[in-house]
Amino acid sequence: MSPLVITMNWLFHLGRYWIFIKELIIKPEKFSIYWKQFLRELDNFGYGSLGIVALTSVFMGAVITIQTVYNLVNPLVPLSAVGIVARDSIILEFSPTMMSLVLAGKIGSSIASEIGTMRVTEQIDALEIMGINSSAYLVLPKILAAICIFPFVVVISMFLGIFGGWIAGVAAGVISSADYISGIQDGFVPFNIIFALIKTTTFAYIITTVSAYQGYYTEGGALEVGKSSTNAVVYSSILILIFDYVLTQLILT
Amino acid sequence: MIELKNISKSFAGRDILKNVTTTFQPGHVNLVIGGSGSGKTVMMKCMVGLVEIDKGEILYDGKVFSGLNRKDRKPFRQEIGMVFQGGALFDSFTVEQNVMFPLNMFTTMSLEEKRDRVNFCLNRVNLVNVNKLSPTELSGGMKKRVAIARAIAPKPQYLFCDEPNSGLDPQTSIVIDNLIKEITEEFSITAIVNTHDMNSVVEIGDKIIYLYKGEKWWEGSMDDILRTDNKELNDFIFASKLAKGMKR
Repeated sequence: MSPLVITMNWLFHLGRYWIFIKELIIKPEKFSIYWKQFLRELDNFGYGSLGIVALTSVFMGAVITIQTVYNLVNPLVPLSAVGIVARDSIILEFSPTMMSLVLAGKIGSSIASEIGTMRVTEQIDALEIMGINSSAYLVLPKILAAICIFPFVVVISMFLGIFGGWIAGVAAGVISSADYISGIQDGFVPFNIIFALIKTTTFAYIITTVSAYQGYYTEGGALEVGKSSTNAVVYSSILILIFDYVLTQLILT
Repeated sequence: MIELKNISKSFAGRDILKNVTTTFQPGHVNLVIGGSGSGKTVMMKCMVGLVEIDKGEILYDGKVFSGLNRKDRKPFRQEIGMVFQGGALFDSFTVEQNVMFPLNMFTTMSLEEKRDRVNFCLNRVNLVNVNKLSPTELSGGMKKRVAIARAIAPKPQYLFCDEPNSGLDPQTSIVIDNLIKEITEEFSITAIVNTHDMNSVVEIGDKIIYLYKGEKWWEGSMDDILRTDNKELNDFIFASKLAKGMKR
């Protein structure tokens, strides 16, 4: 494909994405129905993701702690620095970004395949025939639910990550409990949490809208639903990494 | 009554519908027949507003439907019921929730009233004790019947059915055909049915429109179709050995 075709294709999708987003912002047909959908998605995205988030966070914290100790060869640096490094790495980067990448894989693919299947089986057409704004009905509750619940999930991930680091460090005998706890309390900057939550909210929006867009415009059959699902994860992940850099540059420097 | 006035539609420069003009009367089952790729489904999608026409006009009871925006189409849409080829039932809902869905969205009925209406519609399509089943637990014929129940639940004035018999055995096809016919007459609905099934033509067709390469090639009644000397139509309806026996 020539660069011109790639650019035109990219602009086409960008334009269609914004039209798709514009269609979402409407007065709901019936608020109670949207509210029920919103609660269902809260449960899906929050409670449904806790298992994978807990597992990933604990092991992530454990690995960060052990690797930091392993690399800390200077005897002049106190061991409590391990706690500081683990805390800041987890709060600033690993929990918001890595958890969002994990959630892009879990939730993004689920959104794209759910909406894509509805598209190819004419369920979306059925909604439109009834006079329902299908994009708003299917996507808006997902976006709002993700924006509301992802910060909670990421805060849980932060706690579990730091806890995992403590368990692993102490169990491996590479750091004492007192050094680790002293480290995680030392020089704590509360704004780091706010920064992490700003990133998380942005990533929640990216994951839900990009995945919903991929699913909503699926054409064909089962093969295309699979492709949409893969595209949803790939594009969400790329955008998460780009926006991670952009937000870090904008807010922290 | 639905009127189509010179409607045309093309995709990527290929003409799918060419200047189709016809009318569909209330209380009648209007069949649209034609080979694969003749434009039946596109014509139906244009009529319900899922696809926008390039030229012409679509009117519902004298009111222009084509060219309206989403908001202005809403009152029309609430008068439209549609049965899709695959049923298009919502997988995440039970049968009862599927049929109740349009009532939840657009009526102020109490839960009791909605349940009564759902049970009435399911009974009307001869389905009992299926309320709590998921669509995945239903046979093809049952799915079509639930789709019909969902389509008639909000008491529509217009019923569109896109190949309601596809994938069904002959006996179930007759059941579905008869249901469409009965419901159309009982509620004085304007029914438009896309079909390949010649049995449907003989059994329920009050008016038949034959599409050929995107053009309205022929229209008339069931009696007319058996006597026509239109070559393309004869080739289509008498393609099978079984159907040749029907020719008078």
